[in-house]
Amino acid sequence: MPNKFPLWKNLMILVVVAFAFTYAAPNLYPPDPALQLSGQSSAMKIDQAVLGKVEKALGEAQIDYFAGEADGETALIRLVDSNLQMRAKEVVQAEMGGEYIVALNLAPTTPQWLSDLGGAPMKLGLDLSGGVHFLLEVDLDSALATRLEGDLQEVKSSLREEKIRYRSFELKGQQIIGRFRNQQQVEQAESLIRANFRDLQPQNRQGQNPLVLVLQLSDIAKGQIEDNAIKQNLTSLRNRVNELGVSEPLVSRQGKNRIVVELPGVQDTAEAKRIIGKTANLEFRLEAEGRIGEVFEFRDGRGLDAKLETSPVITGENVTDARSSYDENGRPQVNITLDTKGGWQMGHSTRDNIGRRLGVLFIEYKTKLEKSLAENGDMVITPVPFVEKHIISLATVQSQLGKSFRITGIDSQRESSELALLLRAGALAAPMYIVEERTIGPSLGADNIQLGVKSVSIGMTMVLLFMILVYRGFGVVANVALSMNLLLLVGCMSLLGATLTLPGIAGIVLTVGMAVDANVLIFSRIREELASGASVQGAISAGYDRAFVSILDANITTLIVAVILFLIGSGPVQGFAVTLSIGILTSMFTSIVLTRGLVNAIVGGRKVDKLWI
Amino acid sequence: MSELKIYNFMGLRRIALVFSSVLLLVSAASLFSQGLVLGLDFSGGTQIEVGYDKPVDVAKLRVQLKQSGFDDPVVVHFGSESEVLIRMQGEPDQGLAERLYSVLKINGEEIDLRRVDFVGPQIGEELRDKGGLGMLIALAVVMLYVAIRFQFKFSVGAVLALVHDVVITLGIFSIARLEFDLTVLAAVLAVVGYSLNDTIVVSDRIRENFRKIRKASSVEVINESLSQTLWRTINTSMTTMLVLLALFLFGGELIHNFAIALMIGVGIGTYSSIYVAATVMLAMNVDREDLIETEEGELVDDLP
Repeated sequence: MPNKFPLWKNLMILVVVAFAFTYAAPNLYPPDPALQLSGQSSAMKIDQAVLGKVEKALGEAQIDYFAGEADGETALIRLVDSNLQMRAKEVVQAEMGGEYIVALNLAPTTPQWLSDLGGAPMKLGLDLSGGVHFLLEVDLDSALATRLEGDLQEVKSSLREEKIRYRSFELKGQQIIGRFRNQQQVEQAESLIRANFRDLQPQNRQGQNPLVLVLQLSDIAKGQIEDNAIKQNLTSLRNRVNELGVSEPLVSRQGKNRIVVELPGVQDTAEAKRIIGKTANLEFRLEAEGRIGEVFEFRDGRGLDAKLETSPVITGENVTDARSSYDENGRPQVNITLDTKGGWQMGHSTRDNIGRRLGVLFIEYKTKLEKSLAENGDMVITPVPFVEKHIISLATVQSQLGKSFRITGIDSQRESSELALLLRAGALAAPMYIVEERTIGPSLGADNIQLGVKSVSIGMTMVLLFMILVYRGFGVVANVALSMNLLLLVGCMSLLGATLTLPGIAGIVLTVGMAVDANVLIFSRIREELASGASVQGAISAGYDRAFVSILDANITTLIVAVILFLIGSGPVQGFAVTLSIGILTSMFTSIVLTRGLVNAIVGGRKVDKLWI
Repeated sequence: MSELKIYNFMGLRRIALVFSSVLLLVSAASLFSQGLVLGLDFSGGTQIEVGYDKPVDVAKLRVQLKQSGFDDPVVVHFGSESEVLIRMQGEPDQGLAERLYSVLKINGEEIDLRRVDFVGPQIGEELRDKGGLGMLIALAVVMLYVAIRFQFKFSVGAVLALVHDVVITLGIFSIARLEFDLTVLAAVLAVVGYSLNDTIVVSDRIRENFRKIRKASSVEVINESLSQTLWRTINTSMTTMLVLLALFLFGGELIHNFAIALMIGVGIGTYSSIYVAATVMLAMNVDREDLIETEEGELVDDLP
């Protein structure tokens, strides 16, 4: 048994080692603190002229910067001192004005040749970079209820147009219930609804009162409404997040009715929460004339109130945009844009109501806690959603309004931008509730990185020493493999774009501890073979072969557990599962193939009397 | 190197059975009677972590918060004397964290808001369900894999060893009133992975020896297999314990309980791979017959 690797195997090892070094390398270059500048609308050009203005402002404020780059859409200015990042942001924002979004960013310093190869440093999870994580639950029942409410009105009016008489039509849960005087009316109504309202399905149940018509949304329609509600909420959340000027925000759907928002590096968490957490809707209602109407207070708590009509002209769903700007005389105003349907309804309602006042009602969905006794006598705490409605604007209609109009007569610019923000915030299809929120301050993130690096290096050192003490020469070989494993793990994670979290670092540490297991197995086997009188070369060969099956079985079962952990976990736990899984795979390579290559190169094909093991 | 010493592990299996049973009973009793101290991830609620520039008295803070109208705040040091964790259990109130922070700032001290966690009750409940489900699925899949790769009796042994480890780890968390959060759940699943690793290696050797050694009782075969793998078992546990110690001592408060859970689990897992899995197999009368079906037939031509 010569214990020689064929050339291709040795080459493969070299290729993998080179790969590990190359893709782990970008992590050696710490990113620069930077500012990122972009425009409120995509039409704005961010060019050298804009960049020059920014650089001049920074120069005047005596903030050192490296260089700026502008590519037409965004500009990136690298700063020297990360402590001055916040101040630099304020300086630049003041200079450029509200038209521009200034975001804190970290600019990669990966050398060009590495990024050409696709190399990039590992992404840091929120627990390491600091930032905010929100999980929002979209109230889909409310979206369905809104839709049913609209359908109910339309069914009623088309029945009236067709002169089909009914006793009553009302909404009950998720059903529309119509009552009639005779069978003929029921049949007429049913055929009208079947023809004109495809989404509403008449329910025919046994034993049902024949003069009652029960309508339900079809499952397809329900699915569509829910999907649309989530999509519209996603879009408006993305818009709001953009206002915050975060460099790499994540807004995505999770499961059936949840949306996850992650804002890495956000420092002003209260501001983030104020904008994201605005779970609100809007209603535009005319001021009531006469006695019928509802009385609402103003939101700013000036103690004033006003009586508005009970049904809205349009709702927040129809608002596509709202921006604060200035009128011809330099006074603040808010420009509002509606969708086509909203524009038509607004025109229709304001045509005959010039001179009356139009109020904007801001509706907030909040949750409070209620304690109650369950059947078994336990105290249960249930979150009870409740609604708060306040007026945010009450302005006189000067002319017929259409798809876009403006609200003037606002006292200050601060007030107009607040109103614009609220109007945009209200443009949600369905209310959302925050069900989870995690904020990690930047100092804690930095501490976590430091702790992680410290425990990895100490743990690693102890394992390296242990292996040399126990297995001497072969211990050194195992240690080379272990170090390569760490490098390969980091390289793979960087290349795959996996996110590193604190539990992820714990996963790396654990991998370091467990990765030597394969080598321990192999070396124990070799010792056994030697003890039972095998030749040196025979012992090495048999040791590797016999241990292989055990290693494979043991690692596959651990991998199964890691995959399940990934599937059930979220955020940080998934980070742990990812590092554990990648670590298992890379350690199989380094501890079996790499060490064999090394052992073969050192003692293979030669006459060795005694193994230093 | 001298001839391998064979230890009579299985001779002690009745003592081990009593030991395991006692541990399991105590764990189960504690889990049923007082349950686990659920962390925020599972219980829901609000907590904030703040850092002061000098050591603070948590009792004073508690009084201050109570006077400001917060019901029963849990105020404890977190990691060091100058860092404080404040928790309000089961209160899905989004403004709470900010109100807490502003009350703390009244004294005009320099404080650093390090972390805010708000978890709604529905999330905690879902996680509890998912965690339990994940554990069951993991056990079922592992059982299936071992049954296919080895044999049914091995898979019963492996899975009982895992259940043993998980229950005792959870039991110790329950008895010591250590907080059980998401990272601890991850640790317990990692314990499943680790302990399985150990058990598989031992089972592998048992299988091999059953095929190789023809004239020996099951107890002898198992004793020899355990003795052969003993050093490997000890050395691997040592290296893993070393890194866990590093995590425990230097990894920071956030993964303190994670490291504790793994240390308990690795300790119990090492013991269970020697005693639980093998004892179960013996109890099910495992012998050569269970394993030779995969052996290839062999004919020896003995004619000259």
